[in-house]
Order: sequence, then structure tokens, then C-alpha cells
Amino acid sequence: MTMEKLVVVGNGMAGVACVEQILKHAPKFEITIFGDETHVNYNRILLSSVLAGEKAADEIRLNSLEWYQSHGIELRLGVRITDVDAERKTVTGDDSSVTSFDKLLIATGSTPLIPPMEGTKKEGVFVFRNLDDTRVLLDRAAPGKKAVVIGGGLLGLEAARGLQVQGCDVTVVHLMDTLMERQLDLTGGGYLKAKMECLGVKVLLERNATAILGNGKAAGVAFKDGSGVEADFVVIAAGIRPNVELGRKAGLQVNRGIVVNDFMETSDPDVFAVGECVEHNGTCYGLVAPLFEQGKVLAATITGNRGPVYSGTIQAAKLKIMGVDVFSAGNFSEKVPGTDAVRYEDPALGVYKKLTVRDGKLAGVILVGDTSDSHRYMDWLRASTDLTAMRRQLLFPGPADDAGLDVAAMADSKVICGCNGVTKGTIIQAIHEKGINTLAQLKDCTRASTGCGSCTVVCQQLLKAVAPEFQEEAKKNLCKCVPFPEDKLREILRSQRLRSVQEVLEIYGNGVGCEVCKPALSYMVDMLWCGDHDEDRSARFINDRVHANIQKDGTFSVVPRIRGGVTSARELRRIADVAEKYKVPMVKITGSQRIDLLGVKKADLPQIWADLGMPSGQAYTKGVRMVKTCVGTDFCRFGVQDSTKAGIELERRLENMYTPHKLKMGAVGCPRNCAEATVKDIGIIGQEGSWQVVVGGAAGKKVRKADLLITVESTEEALQAATLFFQYYRENANFLERTYDFVERKGIETVRRETVYAPLAIQQGLRERLRKSKRISRDAWLEGDAPRHPTQFVQIEPLEKVQA
Amino acid sequence: MNNKKWIRITALQNIPLREGRSVNVAGREIAIFNLGDRVLAVDGRCPHKGGPLAEGIVTGDTVVCPLHAWKISLETGSVTKPEANPACVATYRTCMEAGVVLIELPEPSAANQSNPFLCGEQNRVASGDSPSPSPVF
Repeated sequence: MTMEKLVVVGNGMAGVACVEQILKHAPKFEITIFGDETHVNYNRILLSSVLAGEKAADEIRLNSLEWYQSHGIELRLGVRITDVDAERKTVTGDDSSVTSFDKLLIATGSTPLIPPMEGTKKEGVFVFRNLDDTRVLLDRAAPGKKAVVIGGGLLGLEAARGLQVQGCDVTVVHLMDTLMERQLDLTGGGYLKAKMECLGVKVLLERNATAILGNGKAAGVAFKDGSGVEADFVVIAAGIRPNVELGRKAGLQVNRGIVVNDFMETSDPDVFAVGECVEHNGTCYGLVAPLFEQGKVLAATITGNRGPVYSGTIQAAKLKIMGVDVFSAGNFSEKVPGTDAVRYEDPALGVYKKLTVRDGKLAGVILVGDTSDSHRYMDWLRASTDLTAMRRQLLFPGPADDAGLDVAAMADSKVICGCNGVTKGTIIQAIHEKGINTLAQLKDCTRASTGCGSCTVVCQQLLKAVAPEFQEEAKKNLCKCVPFPEDKLREILRSQRLRSVQEVLEIYGNGVGCEVCKPALSYMVDMLWCGDHDEDRSARFINDRVHANIQKDGTFSVVPRIRGGVTSARELRRIADVAEKYKVPMVKITGSQRIDLLGVKKADLPQIWADLGMPSGQAYTKGVRMVKTCVGTDFCRFGVQDSTKAGIELERRLENMYTPHKLKMGAVGCPRNCAEATVKDIGIIGQEGSWQVVVGGAAGKKVRKADLLITVESTEEALQAATLFFQYYRENANFLERTYDFVERKGIETVRRETVYAPLAIQQGLRERLRKSKRISRDAWLEGDAPRHPTQFVQIEPLEKVQA
Repeated sequence: MNNKKWIRITALQNIPLREGRSVNVAGREIAIFNLGDRVLAVDGRCPHKGGPLAEGIVTGDTVVCPLHAWKISLETGSVTKPEANPACVATYRTCMEAGVVLIELPEPSAANQSNPFLCGEQNRVASGDSPSPSPVF
């Protein structure tokens, strides 16, 4: 059988994805692919991750040279096709080569739109479209450089953030009155603007850029209103224009894009087109998902299996900026008659959600600040789900109704990972053939869920359904009373502004609660609202009602705070006096460099606290215990850092705070580690000229050496890193999860990335919430003088005396 | 047979909602709980290791012992966790009179005979011999 010649113009995601689909049919073609870039096919949508330094250039490669070879594809890189002769069926390259074809596939994509303005040819004016552009920008970006990005759409914002991560001082200039106006309404755009500004990117709206200033080299941008902004270089990201020239030259019907029908046929039976250069049903797509859907249909048509039709794609966009969650899909306009807009917003948290509902079905969705439910909404959009019965749960799933998508019902051909075009069939095949059991293995093997990550949930569901020994990153429900995983609960409490345990139990639980969930929820409301919650002592364990540790005989133990283990003769004398006055049965030095008074009656607690005149050591609670220190530099011959002072300061900054589980710290002045900082939840280890900050150590039921969080020069930086981790642990650990389990579960790399290496705004957020919590927190023993309840510490005497 | 006696214990407001308080009356340590719609009373010590039940977390009409998390039904006095556990604590009838909690105790003489308040007793509804015919909540 003679093979037909298929020439593909365009070695990008659309062209190659389509070829991959064609290869799935019976062999019919000898394939030649022309690419004007000199790279093999790579994932264009991850260019912003390359710019932001999150991924290396070779990490976004999609097809290796071997792949082309093994499929017998002739790859002609660096050749731009400049002409088509549809009569003689040849294409001409800019290297003067003439190649004949039986079938031609145009996948030329699009080029950046350069808005009409003066000076765009100047040196220092760039676009951001391909890998070479990205490399140039990376080369150009440097700390302190002033970068102006023209265009506040998806690409512009991603470019801006990438440049800013590289140290540039970035200003985004946008023509419209709101960012990403094609994906967001005014309110959503406002939230996004606030987030970008919070990251440190300046945003100028309603600025019509008219000229790039500078003498041959970009020095600034001038606006129509006469104002301007300085720039060391300028990036234009003002939209894209389909590359249709070849279509025109081939004599095809062309509007904005090359016109194709539902079978992906152009007006010429031997010429096809796919991707961003086509126009289907009046729409040109600039996003990735349509490529795969189009490619599949085109592959069927071109191989003589005409039948499947392309019926358009629901437009969905996700902003890929770490820490700025934006998702938009469908039609969010409220102006269409019969549209209901369902909204939720919380300015303090930066969360905005809007659904537009028409005829009982979802028409569009905007999510800013929390995109965790985007899959649910995409599913509703795609399936035109009738929402009438779910009307009360549109923004938050009701209890037990979060089963997710029915993955079993999904067709094998359905694309699960839009970023990498991975279908359900591919994933299932990989699971079966490669014996995959974990999400990490699936990522390695199929690339699914390695792009924007929004398909992770579906991938996990597939693994769960198909993999024989699926190992889930276990998400246990808190308990039967409140059947949600704790991270979900935190989100619910935050978004629903629930401030009391009983409220949570009544709305999301069985109304009763138990000894497991009540203390967990107590912690959660306290942490989430930074102490500004409705405290319900009945939901607390007895230790937290009376601020002492219950003993086996019902008496209590009292441990005053002795910061850093450093005390004084006067304090010791007071402790001794108390021990005698209240006939304390046992006085013991603890392993935490403190003193424990054991066997105290509840009714004596307030007076003992008053007599001690020392604050609570929180030895009874899931909270900040102590910082164990060595003698540092004051007396020790070996100490190189003042660990005693640093430890005392660390304890001062964190004392009185509650944590998911008890939290013990250590500070040592040299690597001899006399105060065992390497087996503490948080440790700071002094060395010559620097501090190591370590986290997740343990020397209890489990013994674990702490992981290095960061090494810093100054004591203040060490304290800052330690407190950053502290708040991160508070916000993200499950109740009763010690740091050693937490750090292992998250992975130290993730912990680092989300704390000391997080974007400044994330760090500031953690610090601000810690500051607020700390401000509201107080020494629990002050309740001795001002009890929360008249009988908190009092033994009730019956009104009537009865003889036994 | 009038060998029981209602004893005035304390103002209801002295027992916070969903918490317990311990009282010593007639040589007994009794844990009294305010469940919002009623007040329940049981012997104050857990049958397991003698933990102070009044200090436990209340979950519905059950208290969880603060020492080892045994669960005791405040209605029946029986242990509900660990399951199928024959141990139990005595329960006491309660009622309200003008904002004051009363509990019913055996007369001192009766206490020496068979104790009518031991486990298994479930007569929680106040009967005719109570000073107030029904709980006032």
C-alpha cells in the first residue's frame, strides 16, 4: 500500500497532538512536520512556569527527538513555511525547499498581537510567546530592572509575575478597567488586582499605551492621557492573532481564523487546519483544551474515518500564578435575561466566587482566591447538569455529597489532563500496563496532572477505581460526627465564617459532637479567626478548662513558664513557698527545663497561680510548651551563638499560642546540640556566623531528626523563619498531628516552598495572622483572677447538708 | 415507700451548658450535668480507674471520662465505650425548683439496705413524689 504524504506546518502543541491522534489510526501517511522554532514540541502553557523559575526549559518538553524518529516522522526544525500552492500541492520553506503533499495540515497557531503604537520596534521591546522569547526575558530580567508589561490578560499577568519573581520591578499596564476582562467581571478583576498588588506587581488600569519611549532603546511607555511610566524593557502581551496567511495563500475560506466545519474540514478537501489558527462556528480559541478535542476529530476525518464531530469547547481559563488562584469558565455575564448570579465573597480572605445560572443550569463560573471546586463546576458546565435540587449547595457541597465526578461513566477518549492532552484511556492503560499505584507514578509515566494541576482530583479518582493497590494520600474524615477531612473543614469554617464549635456541629455535623471532634473544632475556630472566635469551654478537654494537667487521681499538675529554662532565686523561692503552703505532694524537674508541681486540687489552682506570680507554661495543652536552651555564649566555652537569649525571645514570641499538637522547641549555641534542638518540633542551631533552623524533630513515641528548613545569618532571621513555620503548621496540620508527621506528610520541600521560600505576600499573610492571634492571646492563668464561669475552679457545696 | 429524699444542690446557673460539676452530698461524690434541656446526675467516679466524670466532655447524653475516654451514659449509668462492658455507675433522679437543681437520694437508713440507685435503673422521669411534678426547662 502506498502511503500518502502528510505535511504538517507547525510543530506546536496543536499540530503534534493531532499527529499523535492520527498515529492511533491505521498507518496511512508519511509524515513531515515543519517547525519554525528550533525546539521539539514543548508545553507552551508552562512557559510562564519557566519564566518564574518553577520549571527548567527541558522539563516542559512534550515529545523527544526519539519520539519523532520512532514514528518515522521527518522533523524539519527551524524552517518557516512561507508559501502554499494548493493546485500543485506543494509548500515552500524560507530555506527555498519545496515539499509536495497529498494532505496538508496547517497548525500555525497564533502570533502576539502588537497594538498600534509608536516605537514597538525598539530594542528592549519583547513579546512572550515561545521558548526563545522566554529565554530572552530570563536573560533580560534582573533584580531592580524596571519591566512594563502591556496587557493585563492571562499571559500578561503570568509574564509579570515571572519577571517579578526574577527580581524585576514590574508594572502591568492594561487598556480596560479590569484585569482579565474576558474571564472576570469587575468584582473578580478587583480581587485579582489586589492579589497582584499584594505580590508586589503594580497595576495601572485604563491606560492606553500610545508609544514606547526611548532613543532607539525602550526607556518607558507613554499613555494617551499624557502620563507615562519608566521602563528598562517592555513586554507586549496584548492578545494573539491567528496565523492565517498560509490559509489565505492556499485559497481557503478565512475570517478571523481559517474556517473549519464540525469535521475539522476547511474549504479545500486536502487541506486541514487545527488549533489556534482555526475558526470554528465563529470562535477562535486561544486555550489548550480545544486543541485536543479538535485534533481527535481531525484525525478521524483525515484518515478516512469521518464521523466524529467537533462541537466547540467550553472556554475555561486558569491563571497559573502560584498563590493567585483564578479560574473562569463559560459565560459569566449577568445581562442575559433569565440569568441568576450566585455570589460569595470575602475581602479579608480575597475569595470571590460567582456562578451564573440560567434555566436551572450553570452558565458560567468565576473563582478567585479558591479554585478548589473548579472541577465540579466544569463538570456541571460540560454535562449541563440540572442544578435545581442542588440550589442550596451551589457554592459549597452539602455533607456527604462530594463524591466528585463519576469517572466510570467517562469515555476513554475523554481528555483528563488538558495541559498535556492525556485521556482517560491513556491513564487507565498506564495503570494496567505499568502497575501504577500512586499519583506520583502516574505523573512520571503519563505527564497527567503535571501542568496546572486542576485534574489531580480526577486522576486520583481514576487511580482509586482502577489501580489494584492504590495508595491514597490518605484523607481521613475528622470523625463520624463531622464527616469531612480537616482541610475541607477549615475551608468550610473559613468561608462560612463559622466561629463556634456548636455552630459547626449543628450545620455540618450531627449536632452533638464527641471528645474527638470537639477539641479539634475548638482549635480550628481559634486558629482560623486568630482568637476572635466564640470560645466554648464545654468543647474543650478538662485541661483547657482549668489550665492544668489532670492526673490519674483527678488532681492537677502546675508548670509555670520558665522561658528558656532560665529562672532566678526569687522565682525558685516562690515555687518552694507554694509547694509548702499547698502541701504539694511532688515537686519535679521536667525534661523541658521546668518545674512541675504535682497533685494540686482544682480549687487551689487560682491561688497557687497568684502566689507563683508566673505565667502558665501551657504544659497541659496542645500549645507552645517551651524552648529548651543551652548556656549559649554567656558562660559556655564553645558557644558561638547566644542561644539562651534567642531561645527566650522565641518562647516570648510564641507563648500562649495554641497549636495542633504540643510544640516543643530548642535553641543551641553550637552544633554540640546540648539542648537537643535537632529532635524538637522547631530547633535553631547556632554555628559560626549563621543559624540553622530545623523542623519536624521528635524524641518521644517516635524519634526523628529534624529537617533543615533554612540556614540564615542573623538571629532575627532565624526567629522569623521559625515563626513562619510555626504559623504554617498551625494553619495546615490536622489536629493532633505533631510536626514530625506533618513535615513528613507535606515533604520538607513543600514546607520550604510554602514558608521561607514562599512569595512575599504569602509570608506576610502568615505573619499577619500570627501577629493577630498573638495579640489576642493571653496568659491562660489570668483566668484565676477573672474566671470565665463562677464555678470554673470552685467546688460546689450543696445548698442542703445531709448526713451520710 | 418513702425512703428517698430530694436534696437541693445548687443554682442551675452554677453548671455551665454541656458541662458537669461535682458535688459531695451525703458521703457521695456526684457528677451533675447541664444538658440544656435537662439535668442529669451520676456517681462521680468512672468505674474504670476512678476518673472524675464531672470533668469529662459531654457528647449528647454521654460523658467521656477525662482519664481514658470511657463513655458513660448519663441516662442509664452504663458504660457505652468500650462496648459490651458490664460496668456502670449509679444514676440519680433530678428535678428543678425555682432555678435550683435537686437530686434524689436514698434516706440514710435506706442506704444501708439494698441500694435502689445502682446500675440498670432507668426511672429518669420524675414521679409524683418529687416536689415539682415535672422539670421546669
